[in-house]
Amino acid sequence: MKILVAVKRVVDYAVKIRVKPDKTGVDTQNVKMSMNPFCEIALEESLRIKEAGLAKEVVAVSIGPSQCVDTLRTGLAMGADRGIHVQSDSSFLPLTIAKILKSVADVENPGLVFLGKQAIDDDCNQTGQMVAALLGWPQATFASKVVLDKDKKFATVDREVDGGLETLCVDLPAVITTDLRLNQPRYATLPNIMKAKSKPIKKMTLEDLKVEVKSDIEIVEVTEPPKRKSGVIVSSVDELIDKLKNEAHVI
Amino acid sequence: MMMMHRWRRSGDFIRSACKSLSSFRQKHNSMSPSVTGFMNRYESKVNTFEPNAWSHQYRSFGSSSSSSALKVKRNPLFSSLESKDVSFFKEILGERNVVEDEERLEIANTDWMKKYKGCSKLMLLPKNTEEVSQILKYCDSRSLAVVPQGGNTGLVGGSVPVFDEVIINVGLMNKVLSFDEVSGVLVCEAGCILENLATFLDTKGFVMPLDLGAKGSCHIGGNVSTNAGGLRLIRYGSLHGTVLGLEAVKANGNVLDMLGTLRKDNTGYDLKHLFIGSEGSLGIVTKVSILTQPKLSSVNLAFIACKDFLSCQVLNHLDGVRNPVSSSENFYILIETTGSGETYDREKLEAFLLKSLEQGLVSDGVIAQDINQASSFWRIREGITEALQKAGACYKYDLSLPVEEIYNIVNDLRGRLGNLANVMGYGHLGDGNLHLNISAAEYNDKLLGLIEPYVYEWTSKHRGSISAEHGLGVMKANEILYSKSPETVS
Ligand SMILES: Cc1cc2nc3c(=O)[nH]c(=O)nc-3n(C[C@H](O)[C@H](O)[C@H](O)COP(=O)(O)OP(=O)(O)OC[C@H]3O[C@@H](n4cnc5c(N)ncnc54)[C@H](O)[C@@H]3O)c2cc1C
Repeated sequence: MKILVAVKRVVDYAVKIRVKPDKTGVDTQNVKMSMNPFCEIALEESLRIKEAGLAKEVVAVSIGPSQCVDTLRTGLAMGADRGIHVQSDSSFLPLTIAKILKSVADVENPGLVFLGKQAIDDDCNQTGQMVAALLGWPQATFASKVVLDKDKKFATVDREVDGGLETLCVDLPAVITTDLRLNQPRYATLPNIMKAKSKPIKKMTLEDLKVEVKSDIEIVEVTEPPKRKSGVIVSSVDELIDKLKNEAHVI
Repeated sequence: MMMMHRWRRSGDFIRSACKSLSSFRQKHNSMSPSVTGFMNRYESKVNTFEPNAWSHQYRSFGSSSSSSALKVKRNPLFSSLESKDVSFFKEILGERNVVEDEERLEIANTDWMKKYKGCSKLMLLPKNTEEVSQILKYCDSRSLAVVPQGGNTGLVGGSVPVFDEVIINVGLMNKVLSFDEVSGVLVCEAGCILENLATFLDTKGFVMPLDLGAKGSCHIGGNVSTNAGGLRLIRYGSLHGTVLGLEAVKANGNVLDMLGTLRKDNTGYDLKHLFIGSEGSLGIVTKVSILTQPKLSSVNLAFIACKDFLSCQVLNHLDGVRNPVSSSENFYILIETTGSGETYDREKLEAFLLKSLEQGLVSDGVIAQDINQASSFWRIREGITEALQKAGACYKYDLSLPVEEIYNIVNDLRGRLGNLANVMGYGHLGDGNLHLNISAAEYNDKLLGLIEPYVYEWTSKHRGSISAEHGLGVMKANEILYSKSPETVS
């Protein structure tokens, strides 16, 4: 069985986000970019399944500009067997990405498609669900535990839902999206970084995949959250009462 | 007049020490009588030097364990605090910034390692240079001893009183005064916390030239006063290079304005250098002007393991850290490179490490793939001090040695101490700075007798320094002759 994992290149989790002055989006110039943490978890889970002898190959796919190759290299250094880079310089919304991933899945025929439950840049939480719908496969989202049966006919998945856990059993092939507590991703070790250098990354274009891109959503404006005013230290109880009464108008 | 002793954890062992280098308690000028006393105590020993050994810069003071035998008495020339003093301070500083509260004093009297403890009854929190000057002038006129305190993270007992000195903490002087986005020169008050300065600079696209594990608490004034080395020394050089100017208040209250912002200034003696690393013995640093560096967009971090080095066992004492490499090796090295081209920089680091791997110099390692991973590697390095503190009693030595000797002393001591204690070495490989740590269940005299003066003699024999970056403090004030010739000390 082959596992296809989608890995997205996003602004690093630890970077403070800055909105572009013209409010068209987030500034990514000269900003550290890394693999989306949920995608890392998805990749880790795929690798563990492979290491348990339940999958033969883990293929990482990333969609975007040429720097996505760096993200794929990280994936290969973690242990993925090969990469697919779908080259495109425009940024896509989830439906387009889902269509692209569906086409890749049609070519690759994986038994499982793993994605993060969401990307930390746009927080859409839609792509996995759409991929499943387009493929007509079952989906298990927000996975916090994944167990494959030894014949690879189905997967038992725990999902974190309000106030508890839901356990699903999905027939394979299926789409699984990963939650934070599923695993702790491994680091890229030197020997694996070395091995990754000789692993192939295949370039594909939207034409190769015959995906027609049309945007039906327009982003009107991106703004920063309102700045919190800093607090003041009052020197006496009287002053506090005065402020609550006359400035905050709460008493 | 009450005489107080500095205590160590063992309780039964009282070590009183002269705080000559870390607090100035002099009436008339800043070369204090305690400094003279400090030298007098050495006279006899200096005379016992073998001339030959001396020329090899090897100093051995015999086994009298100079560090523990010396009992320091409170200098009777200093007066004791009276209520009129407190009233005076309240008048100039305001009630709120004159601290007599027992709980707060308990904290201010105790050092970071909880190893040194004074019994000051008063802490003063001046808000500006003028107040510092007034305080010192008054203390000078009244012969009240003082100790300057910064973030109180020093590791050699220098930041807390030995006896009942008045604690002067400049923590309220925490403003950035100016920042020049072209030259990168930052001018700020001495009480600015290092991490706050780093955060401030981050918004401007700059970084501090130094970084250390204590950044969340230590003050820039404390860093300057201890000439802190830290994690970026190899990249940006020492504070003697990056500090461009200082303002300091001498013991008599005179303000020395050396607050230049020039990169070059050859008009006579460069007095600020005397203050860098002077541990509060010459005055209180009140303002600092320092050259900061443009923040480079690409930071690459590798955590590598080598066959023959130290054990990471202490890390069990830190929450939420994991060993980045699966194998357990003897030595771990953290390498950070910074540059402006991410892909190129990473390739360079990778190429270097892969070559080292091929040649068998490195047995395993990881390269951080994102900032989160980088922080967790740094957390391990920066957490060692904390982990050791949690592990029990810890004797700390901060040695400068020729790089090839750096680990021999660890092995030597392991042999010497056997199973009495756990000997660990870590530090700054690039600049030959070993943090030698001897961790035991509790502090005890027998162990100390085996360690000191052995460690100091060993260091001296190898032409090292007994304080690379932490300073002398109370811990090592009496051991200065292991690293400096008597002529330079007197
Ligand atoms: C976890 C940890 C990691 C550390 N890592 C490093 C490291 O990597 N490199 C390194 O060099 N050190 C390191 N240190 C020790 C280092 O010396 C201090 O952390 C720091 O430089 C001291 O700053 P502080 O403000 O806490 O000073 P304090 O501890 O308060 O004082 C230190 C000395 O300076 C004097 N002093 C303080 N402020 C002033 C002032 N304004 N004017 C005059 N004198 C003053 C005090 O009297 C005292 O003698 C570490 C400490 C800890 C706890």
